[in-house]
Amino acid sequence: MTPLLTVEGLTMRFGGIAALERVGFTVSAGSITALIGPNGAGKTTVFNCLTGFYQATAGAITLQGPTGSLDLVAILGQPLRGSDFLDPVTLARRLFYKMFGGSHRVTRAGVARTFQNVRLFKEMTVMENLLVAQHLRVERNLLAGLLGTPGYRRAEQAAVARGLDWLQILGLRDAANRLAGELPYGDQRRLEIARALCTGPRLLCLDEPAAGLNPRETEALSDLILRLRTQHGLTILLIEHDMSLVMRVSDHVVVLDHGEVIARGTPQAVRQDPRVLTAYLGMEEEGGP
Amino acid sequence: MDLHIIGQQAVNGLILGSIYGLIAVGYTMVYGIIGMINFAHGEIYMVSAYLTAIFLALLTAFGLQSLPVVLFLTLLLTMAFTALYGWTVERLAYRPLRGSTRLAPWISAIGISLVLQNYVRISQGARNQGIPVLLEGKFRLQAAAGTVQITHVQVVIVLVALASMAVLTWIMHHTSLGRCCRATQQDRRMAELLGVDSGRIIATVFALGAAMAGVAGVLVTLNYGSFDFYIGFVTGIKAFTAAVLGGIGSLPGAMLGGVVLGLAESLFSGFVNTDYKDVFAFAILVLVLIWRPSGLLGRPEVEKV
Repeated sequence: MTPLLTVEGLTMRFGGIAALERVGFTVSAGSITALIGPNGAGKTTVFNCLTGFYQATAGAITLQGPTGSLDLVAILGQPLRGSDFLDPVTLARRLFYKMFGGSHRVTRAGVARTFQNVRLFKEMTVMENLLVAQHLRVERNLLAGLLGTPGYRRAEQAAVARGLDWLQILGLRDAANRLAGELPYGDQRRLEIARALCTGPRLLCLDEPAAGLNPRETEALSDLILRLRTQHGLTILLIEHDMSLVMRVSDHVVVLDHGEVIARGTPQAVRQDPRVLTAYLGMEEEGGP
Repeated sequence: MDLHIIGQQAVNGLILGSIYGLIAVGYTMVYGIIGMINFAHGEIYMVSAYLTAIFLALLTAFGLQSLPVVLFLTLLLTMAFTALYGWTVERLAYRPLRGSTRLAPWISAIGISLVLQNYVRISQGARNQGIPVLLEGKFRLQAAAGTVQITHVQVVIVLVALASMAVLTWIMHHTSLGRCCRATQQDRRMAELLGVDSGRIIATVFALGAAMAGVAGVLVTLNYGSFDFYIGFVTGIKAFTAAVLGGIGSLPGAMLGGVVLGLAESLFSGFVNTDYKDVFAFAILVLVLIWRPSGLLGRPEVEKV
């Protein structure tokens, strides 16, 4: 399978602390990849770098697109270096991203994410939450909106229809006109997934989607994740602590510990990897029998 | 205490209040979206008064005869140009400082306000400027012991102010852009992650707020006819007070705060003392902030991430 996402040498430092140290992995197109590891291993930091929430200190994140590959680190706008002035092409690209870059471009490239702690627009309705996510596709001209041109109306209707489709798939259709902040917790989590899907991503990043859900809801969630892959052709990268969910849905597992990748492979292989057991159970490598 | 004096002062207060409200909208929208007080906003209003005079003169020089057409075109042109001023100020003075300390853009705002004042003083002269009275005539209403006068300009002021507030509210609630403004206001990073270009949205908010100040500038100029390069300061402070009074960050709050402040000022000067009207206005602000720290329609502070 072809890789959709390639992460190479990803390093993230906060002051002197290295949260990630040369992390590398690939996500194949159409796969479900799980990112696991003990608390504080740097899983969410990887997500933050992927989605443009943080600017990585070093490394490359390459997303394969229909029109060639795209570096998700450069797109955020990097500081200029002296050597850039020798190469006009690089200089022009850097200047462009410095002026017009930003994390909204990562979303437009086809990466969407959810958060560990739900971040909905609580004072807007469920449908409005979904429409904001489709902003990049709708006619954005203020005058067109003010005058209600046919093109604008058609785009709005299409956006509402697409929003309703996703609500239907996630079983939230009846809640469309309620305020997002009033929904029960489980529904809020699903709404966040629906909103991420409305941006039209190719890669969907889910940060602990099962946190706080009961076993029955977790079961439904894993069905949903599998369905998104088979019926909607999405590639999914997820962080999860619930091992039964990970074992059930994922094709490929990447294990992080202290900001470094310590194992990768199929769920079965990873489960038996001694380094993974050490990281999780805290055994001394030398002290073992 | 005659009924007709109360009526007259209430009318005057309403006029003043709608002007304050129009300017306060700019403060409140900018605060809502980036949590910063745009101190240069009053100067934008001052610039719009000059623009009004310039466009009136230009349009008349081009031979336009019909007064309503001239006024309407002046309003549109002034709004467009003040919006451009607002956009430029954001682009030059605030955006480069985004992500630096919280204090930096505030200092920059004070700087921009000095720059705008002096730019107008040098280019237009320090003396009072004025336009002739364009709309004459008044309505007289019979009240108990006297009459209440409402000039035609005052009617125009209230109508135009109400219409522009209505359009702004409609934009915020029923267009794609308004939705993105509200989303950016609630959680800017999240909106960016959903593909909203927050830089563009912030610039648009500055332009919209400035356009509203432009409306206020046209209306005030039509009413009083005279202005100088320094009018932005006091009016800006008053409008800011109105925004805080109504609950900064809230759009209906800014409008309500403007009307409350305008009424308080003109009723106080009608019945007690003209010299101390500002004292009374600010005393009301202090009292409201003691009993309702988030303003009349504001919601309690929510922790912003």
